[in-house]
Amino acid sequence: MTDALTLNDALWVLLLGSLLGLELIGKVPPTLHTPLMSGANAISGITVLAALTLIIKAGPSGNTTLMVLGSISLGFALFNVIGGFLVTDRMLAMFGRKPSRRQEKN
Amino acid sequence: MTTALVLKYAIELVAVLLLALGIKGLSKVRSARSANQLAAAAMALAVVGVLVNYLGAGGIDGAAWIWIILGTVVGGLLGAITSQRVPMTSMPETVALFNGCGGMSSLLVALGVALYPAVGSDGEGAGSVVEAISIVVSVFVGAITFSGSIVAMGKLQGWLDTPAWMQSKARHFLNIALAVISLVAAIALVGSGNGLWLLVIASSLLGIGVTLSIGGADMPVVISLLNSYSGVAAAAAGFVVGSQLLIVAGAMVGSAGLILTQVMCNAMNRSLTNVLFGGALGASANQADQGEYQGITSCSPEECALTLETAQRVVFVPGYGLAVAQAQHIVREVAELLEAGGAEVAYAIHPVAGRMPGHMNVLLAEADVPYEQLIEMEAINPEFPRTDVVIVLGANDVVNPQARNDASSPLYGMPVLNVEEATTVFVVKRGLSAGYAGIKNSLFERPNTSMVFGDAKKVLTSLAAELRDLGVGKTPAKVG
Repeated sequence: MTDALTLNDALWVLLLGSLLGLELIGKVPPTLHTPLMSGANAISGITVLAALTLIIKAGPSGNTTLMVLGSISLGFALFNVIGGFLVTDRMLAMFGRKPSRRQEKN
Repeated sequence: MTTALVLKYAIELVAVLLLALGIKGLSKVRSARSANQLAAAAMALAVVGVLVNYLGAGGIDGAAWIWIILGTVVGGLLGAITSQRVPMTSMPETVALFNGCGGMSSLLVALGVALYPAVGSDGEGAGSVVEAISIVVSVFVGAITFSGSIVAMGKLQGWLDTPAWMQSKARHFLNIALAVISLVAAIALVGSGNGLWLLVIASSLLGIGVTLSIGGADMPVVISLLNSYSGVAAAAAGFVVGSQLLIVAGAMVGSAGLILTQVMCNAMNRSLTNVLFGGALGASANQADQGEYQGITSCSPEECALTLETAQRVVFVPGYGLAVAQAQHIVREVAELLEAGGAEVAYAIHPVAGRMPGHMNVLLAEADVPYEQLIEMEAINPEFPRTDVVIVLGANDVVNPQARNDASSPLYGMPVLNVEEATTVFVVKRGLSAGYAGIKNSLFERPNTSMVFGDAKKVLTSLAAELRDLGVGKTPAKVG
């Protein structure tokens, strides 16, 4: 067994992942459509991993252009991930509030 | 197999499991918040997994660390600030912005590997046709996601208008031409390694061309679809760098996003092809339905309060106009007064109320409206005949009876709230302007409908004052 991902493996992973995604979202109350979209959006920022890999692999050869490119990519991805999860949490926190703890903000 | 490798596999498996549980949990109200945190934890774990793997296998170069930290700090900080600063009313734009950045990230990764193939996947696919195809897909989908999301954000913010020629058939030719150029560039890139920049440019323009002609009402569907694309782009980037975790997560988001898009289309009675290629709904409707209103009755908040005083059952229909006027808190105050006066109060939530499915729920929850009072369309429609007063607040197309009665209306077939079946309907609106769909609303001309002209917040504030004067709910609800 090696670290390398064979094409066959990758295609199976793609297929099963897609099927899993179809199954996971069966019934969603309309209330949660916006938070769900926002949460799924944050998960799509998983490209952080690709950006990280790019920078690390560029390291030994001292390829600065590539490292800068990777760094920008990492920034974009983390903007998506961190912003996405936090904003989703902000939305969902509102559903959990008890009506008794009412506070006017304005 | 080294220890680091075993650890990497273990971490990746756990991360995938947690991500899947996270998406699953996000579809239930009770578990949604913890599920979101679970997914965030899974993401953090995955990042640790990558770092551990490379630390175990040869370490990470000092220069690489600097760029990692720089990207992390800048991106993470901006993301955190943005997420806390944006008002809840701008949620659709915010999701579009985040989403576009995810697409951009995939695009840049593919660009990096295309320019310097040595950093690509270590697998058998390295340098092969498969890798070239992965790069093409990642660039193409990533660019469309980015430019499309930015246009969607601009349109929702009101920064961008649809130019007139984009409404004409000419745009189809332009988009087809851009798609063909992208295809040619893609084939060239796979075949000879040339055409990378042409592909980047053509697919970015294609993203703009396709999104720019779509009307504001359909934008949520587009954002959801672009969200699905960003998953596809991530999966393609997974092929490029050879990471199972990326492929699984990207594929999950991609297919889950498609389902969500379909659900939204159903709620709006629009087919996906119609949304993407039909152009803005308003454009075709303008000539036919922009007649003058006749027989409109209007009344003051005072008269409205007199009717409400005796009402037993009151239903509020909040729309985006309510959110724009920032009137969520004051509507809750009016509702509490009525409840204290013995009336039964509910909020009718159309699936696409606000600007995105579920957006209105978020906005009302922010104003502490009890969750049980938010009733979905299917549940509340049979209740309207026994409702005394309906107050429509800044909603328009979702209460248009033409969607049921008038087969020639562009709205025909869209599920709407049957508010006109109630005894009295008050429509709080600033003027008689048309809604997103740009068509006349026959509800306003009904004999049992009264228009209360004015800004939702001002009208509701004076309504609350009038109700107190009338002694409704004797002990006024506490504010503050």
